[in-house]
Amino acid sequence: MINITINGKQVSVAEGSTILEAAKQNNIYIPNLCYLEGVHKFGSCRLCVVEVEGARNLQASCMVPVREGMVIKTNTEKVRKARKVLYELILSDHPKDCLSCERNQSCELQELGNRLGVTEARFEGEKSVGNEDFSPSITRDMSKCILCRRCITVCNEIQNVGILNAQNRGFKTVVGPAMDLPINTVNCAYCGQCTVVCPVGALKETDAIQDVWKAINDKKKRVVVQVAPAIRVAIGEEFGLEPGTIVTGKLATALREMGFDDVFDTNFTADLTIIEEGTEFLTRVKKALTGGEATLPMITSCSPGWIKYVEHAFPLELDHLSTCKSPHTMLGALAKSYYAEKINVDPKDMYVVSIMPCTAKKFEISRPEMQNNGVPNVDAVLTTRELAKMIKEAGIDFLNLEDGQYDNPLGLSSGAADIFGVTGGVMEAALRTVYELVTGRELPFDKLHVAPIVGLEQIKTADILIENPVEAYKFLDGFTVKVAVTSGLKGAKILLDQIAKGESPYHFIEVMGCPGGCISGGGQPRPTTPEIRQKRLDAIYREDEGKQLRKSHENEYVTKLYEEFLKTPNGHKSHELLHTHYTKRGKFNEYIGE
Amino acid sequence: MSCEEKKCQCCCGEENNQQKYDRIAEVIEKYKNREGSLIQVLHMAQSIFGYLPLELQKFIAEGMDKPLSEVSGVVTFYSFFSTEPRGEHTIRVCLGTACYVRGGKKLVDRLEEILEVKVGGTTKDQKFTFEVARCIGACGLAPAMMIDDVVYKQVNPDKLEAILAKY
Ligand code: SF4
Ligand code: SF4
Ligand code: SF4
Ligand code: FES
Ligand code: FES
Repeated sequence: MINITINGKQVSVAEGSTILEAAKQNNIYIPNLCYLEGVHKFGSCRLCVVEVEGARNLQASCMVPVREGMVIKTNTEKVRKARKVLYELILSDHPKDCLSCERNQSCELQELGNRLGVTEARFEGEKSVGNEDFSPSITRDMSKCILCRRCITVCNEIQNVGILNAQNRGFKTVVGPAMDLPINTVNCAYCGQCTVVCPVGALKETDAIQDVWKAINDKKKRVVVQVAPAIRVAIGEEFGLEPGTIVTGKLATALREMGFDDVFDTNFTADLTIIEEGTEFLTRVKKALTGGEATLPMITSCSPGWIKYVEHAFPLELDHLSTCKSPHTMLGALAKSYYAEKINVDPKDMYVVSIMPCTAKKFEISRPEMQNNGVPNVDAVLTTRELAKMIKEAGIDFLNLEDGQYDNPLGLSSGAADIFGVTGGVMEAALRTVYELVTGRELPFDKLHVAPIVGLEQIKTADILIENPVEAYKFLDGFTVKVAVTSGLKGAKILLDQIAKGESPYHFIEVMGCPGGCISGGGQPRPTTPEIRQKRLDAIYREDEGKQLRKSHENEYVTKLYEEFLKTPNGHKSHELLHTHYTKRGKFNEYIGE
Repeated sequence: MSCEEKKCQCCCGEENNQQKYDRIAEVIEKYKNREGSLIQVLHMAQSIFGYLPLELQKFIAEGMDKPLSEVSGVVTFYSFFSTEPRGEHTIRVCLGTACYVRGGKKLVDRLEEILEVKVGGTTKDQKFTFEVARCIGACGLAPAMMIDDVVYKQVNPDKLEAILAKY
């Protein structure tokens, strides 16, 4: 421990802490802007300056570690003046059209202004020019960028994709893709992690709110909505609830009040995915073990940021991907076939909206592969943040809503579907079903949780030994299924490098594109700190354990769907509606042919 | 230009693009695992290829196993890297205060006419790259300009053609 004095108070703090951290632990707030706890320290904004006795200049508290005997003052006239000037300098190059900015009321720059008591902008400077740069998922408005470089850290160090970096120098500096290329021409995964950390309105999801209101107001459209598992444990934060508050029921009610005709649950097709993907896995393993050709390990395919990443980075390894579409596109495909037939509506008059924790899913629905008979499976994707905005716009008092239900036949789900929202969840859900199918016994883990693959570590692995299988799976007797789970694209690269070298020891791999899985997706409420991530994770497992129904194959509406419509898993209809193929893309998004 | 003439260009002793890329690949191979060697590689690549177009940056990014945005970040940060082809000679007209006041701007205007390119550009025959500079230390004899390392002082716009003819 190290002894220091902050604002006259003697305290002792852990060695290696920065002044900013030490102050925070002792309930002293030092204004800061570019710093992001646990993620990014760069020292570019200098708003966190403090006075340190003996130092000639003010010190950036987020960068300077404490030293024994340090005497720090965070609140002197000199410090306050310096902060104000620095803040006003940032504003001098800023558009300040807060009223029409998508970050109005949730902007860190705006909030800081309030804290610092800046009421007028004294300096009007030359403004750096910004043009909005659109892609299906991400919109960039560099006129609002304050050059904090958080997005660079996330895109390079955490996701390891490296789309964003500082280009040019001095006043002309912009943060963006190489040579100022538009974001939709490069190999961006559209994971949206950069939009979560951006403190201002410079990086954001591409808006779908207007389109969705238009569809809701169109009397001729049957507007169907579905909600991903990770939304119900996160959207409460947008209304001031504790992170990890489960609002499944309120969400259903809110959607109905907004005017959606059918309120479905993506969880239903998560259960369905387990049946389809589990069957696909067993088919591949059977082939491999009985002398046939099969590509293993098989890798999950429900995270479209991960899919786009692998298409660019490892175009030769795409056969490892499960051919299953992601659960929400499956639901869209079924709504516009199975359900449309039931209620006698022309699929062309149906409009499917997916509420997702994800920005990559906005791109996914625009892929030509995600259409059937020329009709897109899903028409619009809204992020958690966008939905919260719409609920507020509609004047709905979210906190006081009654709990509602999701509609059948695409609304019932097991706990196995809930855990799709968290890293390790898809694998666990698959194992619950596959193990039982193969051995006739329940998966031998406490509360059905495969402990080694639960948690936020980058790469997790487990070995599952198959003994005494049922007659049909005798070939698996004594076989150990080796599984690996990763979340975040940095971990994905490690596992894919192994595969590319032919050294992967695994049979089945789960990859989610965002660190921690969908609970910290690119469309989730800001901020996503390590504690908030953990709370959302705990909530997902609580939701799972709170259900009677814990296994996908016990979902009676899934069984009914097969009886009435799909017939058999991986059958003809499934292939047409629920499975897909992938596109080889160049490392830098150059065309590389088939 | 006929095909034959085009062909001729690459066999009169000049290295063709493929050979240049091969040499750059050797450089990458040599420096690839050395920490902080990107700038050196870019330097050598520019001296081999003449400039650093996007395609070459991609080649280097892939070879060095670095994000393209990082490579281009470095290229666009330093003014000695160029992403456009450069001429054999570089003309820099001074637009520092003294030269500006004493007719530097006229030199720029006249050169734009003679060379048929704007500031920052390179002539069609790849002979000259035309840039401006801020004070090159010859203020007493303004207006001044440089061609490569040679400083020309008190330049008269009407003499420009004669000066260029020497190159
Ligand atoms: S980024 Fe923040 S400060 Fe800038 S215009 Fe938007 S809300 Fe206002
Ligand atoms: S969306 Fe993901 S890959 Fe694309 S720039 Fe942002 S962080 Fe990087
Ligand atoms: S785009 Fe946003 S996160 Fe990135 S540097 Fe600019 S302000 Fe920071
Ligand atoms: S917060 Fe410390 S320099 Fe920006
Ligand atoms: S201003 Fe031109 S040489 Fe100094």
